[in-house]
Parts: sequence; C-alpha cells; structure tokens
Amino acid sequence: MRNVKDRLRAWDFKEILAVWVFRICACGSIAAIALICLFLFLGGGPAIIEIGLTNFLFGRSWAPLNIPAEFGVLPMIAGSVYITVGAVIIGVPIGIFTAVFLAFMCPKKLHKLLKPIINLLAGIPSVVYGFFGMRAIVPVIRNISLALTDGGSGASILSASVLLGIMILPTIIAISESSIRAISKEYYEGALALGASHVRSVFFVVVPAAKSGILASVVLGIGRAVGETMAVVMVAGNQAMIPIFPEGIFRGGRSLTANIVLEMAYATDLHRDALIATAIVLFCFIFLINIIFTFLVRKDKN
Amino acid sequence: MLKCKFDVKGLDLYYSDFQALKKVDLEMSENEIMAFIGPSGCGKSTFLRTLNRMNDIVEGCRIEGKILLDGKDIYAKNVDVNQLRKRVGMVFQKPNPFPQSVYDNIAYGPITHGIRKKTDLDEIVEKALKDAAIWEEVKDRLRKSALGLSGGQQQRLCIARALAVEPEILLMDEPTSALDPVSTGTIEDLMVELREKYTIIIVTHNMQQATRISDKTAFFLMGEVIEYGKTIDIFSNPKHKRTENYITGRFG
Amino acid sequence: MKLTKFIDRALLVLTWLFAGLTIAVLAYIIFHIVINGVPHLRLSLFEIRHTSANVSMLPSIVSTLFMVILTLIFAVPLGIFTSIFLVEYMKKGSRFVNVVRSAAELLSGIPSIVYGLFGLLFFVEFLGLGLSLLSGSLTLSIMILPLVIRTTEEALKSVPDGYREGSFALGAGKLRTIFVIILPSAIPGIFAGVILAVGRIIGESAALIFTAGTFAQIPDNILQSVRTLAVHMWVLSGEGHHINEAYATAVALLAVIFLINALSTLAAKKIFSIA
Repeated sequence: MRNVKDRLRAWDFKEILAVWVFRICACGSIAAIALICLFLFLGGGPAIIEIGLTNFLFGRSWAPLNIPAEFGVLPMIAGSVYITVGAVIIGVPIGIFTAVFLAFMCPKKLHKLLKPIINLLAGIPSVVYGFFGMRAIVPVIRNISLALTDGGSGASILSASVLLGIMILPTIIAISESSIRAISKEYYEGALALGASHVRSVFFVVVPAAKSGILASVVLGIGRAVGETMAVVMVAGNQAMIPIFPEGIFRGGRSLTANIVLEMAYATDLHRDALIATAIVLFCFIFLINIIFTFLVRKDKN
Repeated sequence: MLKCKFDVKGLDLYYSDFQALKKVDLEMSENEIMAFIGPSGCGKSTFLRTLNRMNDIVEGCRIEGKILLDGKDIYAKNVDVNQLRKRVGMVFQKPNPFPQSVYDNIAYGPITHGIRKKTDLDEIVEKALKDAAIWEEVKDRLRKSALGLSGGQQQRLCIARALAVEPEILLMDEPTSALDPVSTGTIEDLMVELREKYTIIIVTHNMQQATRISDKTAFFLMGEVIEYGKTIDIFSNPKHKRTENYITGRFG
Repeated sequence: MKLTKFIDRALLVLTWLFAGLTIAVLAYIIFHIVINGVPHLRLSLFEIRHTSANVSMLPSIVSTLFMVILTLIFAVPLGIFTSIFLVEYMKKGSRFVNVVRSAAELLSGIPSIVYGLFGLLFFVEFLGLGLSLLSGSLTLSIMILPLVIRTTEEALKSVPDGYREGSFALGAGKLRTIFVIILPSAIPGIFAGVILAVGRIIGESAALIFTAGTFAQIPDNILQSVRTLAVHMWVLSGEGHHINEAYATAVALLAVIFLINALSTLAAKKIFSIA
C-alpha cells in the first residue's frame, strides 16, 4: 500500500514538473521579443538621442565618414518605400489574377502541377533571387535605362522592385487563393443564377467578397518586401540618395535593410549605433504592418 | 440484496451558467446492468461522465452534491483521478481505438498502471480480447493497426481495452449507436456476459436495447431523473405520465 | 451590352496572361540558373578544403548541415513544448495563449537582417559566443520558432479528442497521454513544419553574416565561425570573377530546396491520408 502511494506521489511530481517545463518554454517567444526590443533600443536609442530624432528621421544626408558625420535615414526610408511600392505595383495584380486563375479557371490536373511550383517559388533563397536579378534583370533594366534616360548602370530601384515583385508573388497567391476559396460557393452560384457570366461572377461578386483576405495577403507581401535584404542589396545599387521620380527609378537607391548589411561590418561608435537605430525604424515599420495584418485577418474571420 | 457500488446524492452540475443536472439521486448496484434512457440533451451522458470524472476536462464544468463509490466520495480532495478511472472504465459512443497496433491498444492501460513484464502483458491482452469476444477475429493480426478493423470490431476492441485494466465498473456511452444491427447484437450479448463480473452502466437512446439487456432503468428528462427502478416495471408500468409518453414514443 | 462583354473578355485574358506570366517567370529563373550553373559543377567544387582557387562549396555544405541540426535541436523541442502548453494545457482563447500567439506572429514578421543584428548584439557580443556556429544557430532558432509553433499547434489540434478521452478514461495521466498517444499522431504535421523550417535555415543568409560569419572551412567545434551554402553564394556573387562558381552553387541550393519541397508535399499527403 505504501509503495503505491509513493509511486503516485512521484508521478504527480513528474506531471507538475512537466507543466512548468512547458510553461517556461511557452514564455520563450515572449522572452525573445522582449530581448530583441531591449537590445535594439539599448543599442540604437542613445544614437537617436545624440543625433536628434528629427535629424535622424528626416535628415536628407547619410554620410557617416564625413567630418562632421551626418546620419539622416530619410534616403533609406524613401528607398524602402519606393522599392516596396514598385514591388506592390508589379507583384499584386499578377499575384491576385494568378490566385483567381488557380481558384476558378484552372483545370484540376494543372492545379496539382502548379501548386508545388508556386511553393517552390516561395522556397528559393533570397541570395539566389538576388543573383538571378543581378544577372538577368539588371542588364535588361540597364538597356531600358540607356534608351530612356542618359545613363544608368541598371542596378536600380526599378530592378529591385521587379525582383521583389516576383519574390512576393507566392505570398500573395497562396493567401489570396485560400481566402477566395473560403468564400461560399453560394455567392458564385447566386451570381450565376442572376444571369451573370462566369467571369463576371468571379470578379464582381467573389473577389470583392474576399477583399479583406486579399488585402491581408498584400500587407503580408509588403512586410516581405520591406524586410528583404540580400536580394535588394544585390540589385538596387545602394546609393544613399533620395530618388527623384520618375527618372530616379532608373538610379540606385538604398533600403533600410541594405543600410545595415552594407555598413555593419566596419562601423564603429556612433556610426554603429546609428545602424542599430536604422533597425529600430525597420522594426517599427514591421510592427505597423503586423498590426494592420492582424486587423485585416480578424475582419476576415468575422 | 446486491451490494451498492455508486450512491449519488443530490448531484447538481453546471456548465458555466447552464445547469445540466438537477438534484440527481441514484443508486447503482454490483453485477447489474443499469440503463439511462431519455431524449438527447437530457443529461444522461453528462451524468455518466461524472462517474469517472471525465467532466473534469470540460471547461467551466462545476459540480455540487456527492457521488460515493463504495461509500467514498470520488470528488474528495485526496482522490487520485487516474486510480478512479482505472476502477471505473469507459467505452465511448464513437469507437476510438488509438492509431496503434491492436496489441498496443490493449497493453496501453496495463502499462500505464505499472505492468511492464512482457509475459504478463501478453496474458492480459489475450484475456481482455477473449473477454470482449474479439480474440478469434484479431489473434492473427495483433501487430497490425487497430484502425483497419471494422466499426463493430473497433468498438469491441475498445471494450477489451477498458477491461484490460481490470475495472470494477464499466460505463458505456451509447456504445452501439454508430454500429450496424449485427455488431449491435454481438455487443449486447457481450454486455450480458460481462454482467457476471462487472457493474455496467449504459446510456442508450434505443429503448428496445434497454429492455433487452438492462436490469434497472433510469429515465432522464431535462437534467432530472424522472423515474428509476426495475426495467420491467418502468416499461410495463411507468408511474409517471412523462415516462409513459417517452417510452410509448409520444416524444423524443 | 458590348462593353460588358469586352470587360469580361479582357478580364479573362488578363487572368490567363498573368497566371502564364507567373509560371513563365519561375520557369525562366530555374532555366537560367540550371543552364548557367550545371556546366560549372566541377569536381573541384567539392573538395574537402576551401581555397581561394577552388572555392569549394563542400565545407559550406557540411557547415549548413551542422547549422540545420544545431538549430533544430534548439528550436524544435522549444516549439513543440510551447504548442503542447498552448493546446493541451491552456483554455481556448485564454489571455496567455493570445499573448504567446501575438509574440510568435510578431517574431515571424521580423526581417532576417534584424535577427542578424540582434544575434550580433546578444549572442556574439553580450554572451560572448563570438562569430560561431553556435551564435548562428541560436539566432536562427528564434527565427524559425514561430513556424514550428504554428505547425505543431495545427497538428495537435487535428488529433481527434477521442484519443485524449480514450487515454484519460483508462486512467492515464496527462503527460503519458500527450507523449504516447497525442504526439505520435501529430508527427506528420510537425514533420511538415520542421521541413519548412529546414528550408528557411538553408536559404538564410542575412541573419548569419553577422552571427556565424563567413569562415569557409569545415568547423571543428561549435564555437568556430562557419559559412553556410547561402552565405557562400553571397560571398561568391560579390566577387566578380567567381560568377560561374556562384551559378553552380545556386544549382546546389535549388536542388536542396526542390528536395525539401518534395518531402514536405509528401508529409502533407500523409497527414491527409490519416485524417
């Protein structure tokens, strides 16, 4: 009898210990977020104070090696925005139409073939994309640039936008397709019953009904584009200048991510801290995008 | 007089704000089959699940009153729920064999309760499968997945699984509602045999089944026990109008 | 009437055109890499030691393998335990679950370069682990954690409640139920998530440059700097005279990713065949 009791107690202890192990593990992601915030803000915060928030955010010149050095990230913010907007203009229509195709017009056998291919597109490493962009997109853009303007090496905002437009395709296609498929068949059949054609039912009834899901896919795609580093560095030219529309898109630009990766290896002191501060700006962008995304997904569920 | 196993006194059960059981008083005796009948949603399954504390898992479930098993309150603080469930086995409405081999399904319970020796386990597995009248059908495929069995075989496997931990009481929650008539017949015969060794409590919405196999019947309605007693009396001579209406098929 | 017909036609054409374009672009990327890379897959690219003459990718392949294994060792148990706690122990929609889920979601949105920077500040410098295999894998394990959590959660939720009830009803404790009954049933789903995570580790470069460094030899221990295949490719593509070798490395990367995709599709199929 005593034996049984002892065994039971040991058993309970195991259960209780396990709950604590699981609980501590579950706090892991919270701890990770906290640590990331802590180290970024400790590392970059003082630099922002020293440079001055307005000088940092709205300074038009990034010249860390000048005397006195200048640390304005506006060129990089502009670079990221330009490149991302371009990527959205290129990637979003193609992605949404492809999603509609996959959901409504694609024969089943073809769908079985296409789906893994699009998954593959999502799995290709960014360096491979970047290298492809460097070798295949940049030369084409250089030729266009030479024809339309008086120069340009091809490594430009436009090249980065085209490349990122391709890179965000899988994200947009996958999420748009599933949100289009989630729309009840009744919508589509109801529209058909009213005499609308197949195409009309799809584009004027089903797609609008799926709009918050599609929008969410676009927001997630924007997140990808803003955060992409290696591919952008390899094709964007990386000059820290504010681009001037329209011919500026044929010139080089530098994204926030590129700024970090290009200079972190040799930066010291305030320069280094200013790069960490660049990451804070990037983090804030991502945070904002995340909030919008969560909001859209919640709306979609309702 | 048969020995009383379960003695339920003034049991109330709430799911958050909803009261699912109201002042239930019941006694269940050894070596008897007790059937709970009543329309769906009347609380009979909920009540069954209080007897081995399966409702503990349900969120917001709260209990008042007492359930005594051999005179001891099963909801008392120092009760080991796992030991209780070893004594009070359960078979579910939908056959739920684990996605493992037939052998592992049966051996899972005994291993849980500390039996490790291979020869002991072999013996227990064979005995449990024989008791559940499924040994002949599965003895050549003990190492194959239990999910490959038919629905009726799966349910008998689940009964064998419950028997393997040597319970005193077997709770069965509509065990034949997902099965065809032939399998149902096999399992009903099995229950009558098992009565020799176990106390069986079964929830059923099939009144013929209750009359065929049970010794006592309790009629549940809206969370209350309207009437309970010998099955013969309940069906031939119900005391309450509502019981009569139900068993003659006027509602439910 | 004519206008609506025209719009219909135009939309239909656009749909086919854009879908075709997507496929064409992907086909072209693969074609371009393979056509330029395969002819340069020389044997010297697979020598044990890397020199600036042979630019062998074999040390990087081995390093990538180490990086994958070490990262999984950190991230997979952490992710699985987290999911177990969220799914098996917490009530649905509880505050804690929501907080953890939001944290994981935020983590999954953080760009890899920010992970790299954090890894540099925390693992490399603050903890003093230096540019190393260990720093790199710790950084990556935080990066893939949300992926592991999400897929494991889905896998656990898809395990029928009947298994849990069946096990509890036999008097088994929670721990035994989880490890003997639930986890084995969830393994195909967890496996699919782990494969995706492996894909991310192999493809990652921005988070590794400042945490694992670019040292191009096979490491002796986990505190040595390593260069994974993706980072190797980044280094090669930056040196103008190694373009052919970069193409060849890209072929190797594509082949691995292709394999991983095939594996995850297979795992996904297995999940469906069980359900």
